[in-house]
Amino acid sequence: MKRYLLKRLLYLFPVMLGVSIITFGLINLAPGDPAELILRAGGVEPTREAVEALRRELGLNEPVYVRYGRWLWDALHLDLGKSFRTGRPVAEEIFSRFPATLELTVAALGVMVLLAVPAGILAALYRHALLDHLSRICALLGASLPGFWLGLMLIYLFSVKLGIFPVMGRGGLNHLVLPAVTLGFGMAAVYARLLRSGMLEVLGQEYIKAARARGLHERWVIGRHALKNALLPAVTLFGMSFGHLLGGSVIVETIFAWPGVGKFAVDSIFNRDYPVIQGYALFMAVVFVVANLMVDLAYGLLDPRIRLEGRR
Amino acid sequence: MPAGAPARVVAEPPKEFVEEGLMRSAVRRLVGDKLALLGLIIVALVVLVGILAPYLMPHDPLKVALDQRLSPPSRAYPLGTDHLGRCLLSRLIYGTRVSLTTAALALVTIMLISIPVGTVAGYLGGRVDNLLMRLVDILLAFPDLILALVIAGMLGPGLLNVMLAVASVWWVGYARVIRGMVLSVKEKEFVLAARACGTSEFGIVLRHILPNVLSPVIVLATLDMGKLILAISGLSFLGLGAQPPTPEWGAMLNDGRPYLQVAPQLMVYPGLAIMIVVLAFNLLGDGLRDALDPREILKG
Repeated sequence: MKRYLLKRLLYLFPVMLGVSIITFGLINLAPGDPAELILRAGGVEPTREAVEALRRELGLNEPVYVRYGRWLWDALHLDLGKSFRTGRPVAEEIFSRFPATLELTVAALGVMVLLAVPAGILAALYRHALLDHLSRICALLGASLPGFWLGLMLIYLFSVKLGIFPVMGRGGLNHLVLPAVTLGFGMAAVYARLLRSGMLEVLGQEYIKAARARGLHERWVIGRHALKNALLPAVTLFGMSFGHLLGGSVIVETIFAWPGVGKFAVDSIFNRDYPVIQGYALFMAVVFVVANLMVDLAYGLLDPRIRLEGRR
Repeated sequence: MPAGAPARVVAEPPKEFVEEGLMRSAVRRLVGDKLALLGLIIVALVVLVGILAPYLMPHDPLKVALDQRLSPPSRAYPLGTDHLGRCLLSRLIYGTRVSLTTAALALVTIMLISIPVGTVAGYLGGRVDNLLMRLVDILLAFPDLILALVIAGMLGPGLLNVMLAVASVWWVGYARVIRGMVLSVKEKEFVLAARACGTSEFGIVLRHILPNVLSPVIVLATLDMGKLILAISGLSFLGLGAQPPTPEWGAMLNDGRPYLQVAPQLMVYPGLAIMIVVLAFNLLGDGLRDALDPREILKG
């Protein structure tokens, strides 16, 4: 287990270094000179002297590796620059909004698991029966349904017409329901199908036959022997879905005016607030990488083949 | 295999292989799959609508008629009009063309990046492969489409920028798959034979490896059209893609948002259009995957 952990951590270094280089390079995609952009954002007419002065002040005339080194050093100290729009440190802006995004993502994960696990298992147990076909249709619809459209339709039905849930914003549990369902539904459909095929594979294994041959109760065979092994690969998928949900949260936050990082990033894009956009990309990559690392570790702990590696 | 060829295969191949060949059997099985056939028909219809758009539209999709704004469905305007009095049906029909073209262009761009990268990585192996695959790992460290969002945001709004942004992150998955296929093809005997005949490395890649890799990749790519349409319309919905007055489905949804209460049809139809097209591509894709999966073929 220790070796596994070490290997996994060592592998992170080059990846994170690459991520930082890409994030740093993003600013070059923006049309125009960064100094000019900053001046314009501050409402100052970018005269040649002003631009030149700011370039010197920001060190933009220095070679690119020096600038990258300085940027990386600052980023490692959680200094991602200041937002053009609010003037506050980018890191602070992101950290203050992240709990909202995390709340939404975790709730969506909950929706996903609640829908997908029973659907996937039942579809596998009743293969080719009505339930299985229903789950296939739901999965196809779920994979084809634009999340932004589902959200709007849910708002129309449950908020505008029926008045059950609030239209937008963050608050109590009833604020959370529609955004979480919007975000979680599409993934649930995919996840249910993956669970189904995992379950089917396990059900075909020798040890299941052996358990049945021993005359164990079917419920015990499924619950104790099949499910545990079918859920193991699902743990890795759990990490993947976390990434999908983080990506999807941008649109859901925008629809429901959810005050998270994604909505902030979209607002920043339309205000050409480049430091925030950069900071957002870096932050999301770090969150995703850390989440995947935790999932891998959980997998290592759950799978005795990895947990006990090197002990024998 | 010609009829008189020496039997080198130990197991008897299934009859349908011998009788009709791999491709034809796949087509037969695809047509046999009712859902996939439905997908194929819808996709064909949608493509036709896109091509014939100018002849099918009852009105000019860009023509503003403020006295007709937000009017309900009528004989003149079968689906009603939007907030500027433009014909919703005409905009939907023209939007088919915009959405399909953008996704297809993105797909071509993705191929143009991923085929060379995947082939070079797989064929050369060693350090080049290592370097390219690390780049792939790095791009995969960003959660789903967030990098595309950020790139599109940096480039500024516009359909072309969104297409480029999506392509610049989407190629990664393909490059991986192509690399894997090249790795397995380059060990095949016909590649060894070509090398023994003195064919140049470039010739081997061009004439022996690529032809064997391209067709499954193109099939794979077609399957992805649905996902691409979803991604691009999602970014357009955020306001990053098509700019007014271009009728693109995601952008139309975004335009209709303020009128959710008074004119829900502005949201319903573009969303339905996206869903039907994506569903059709997914149905077709599922069917194609089953039809081309050798394990399924052997099962009969």
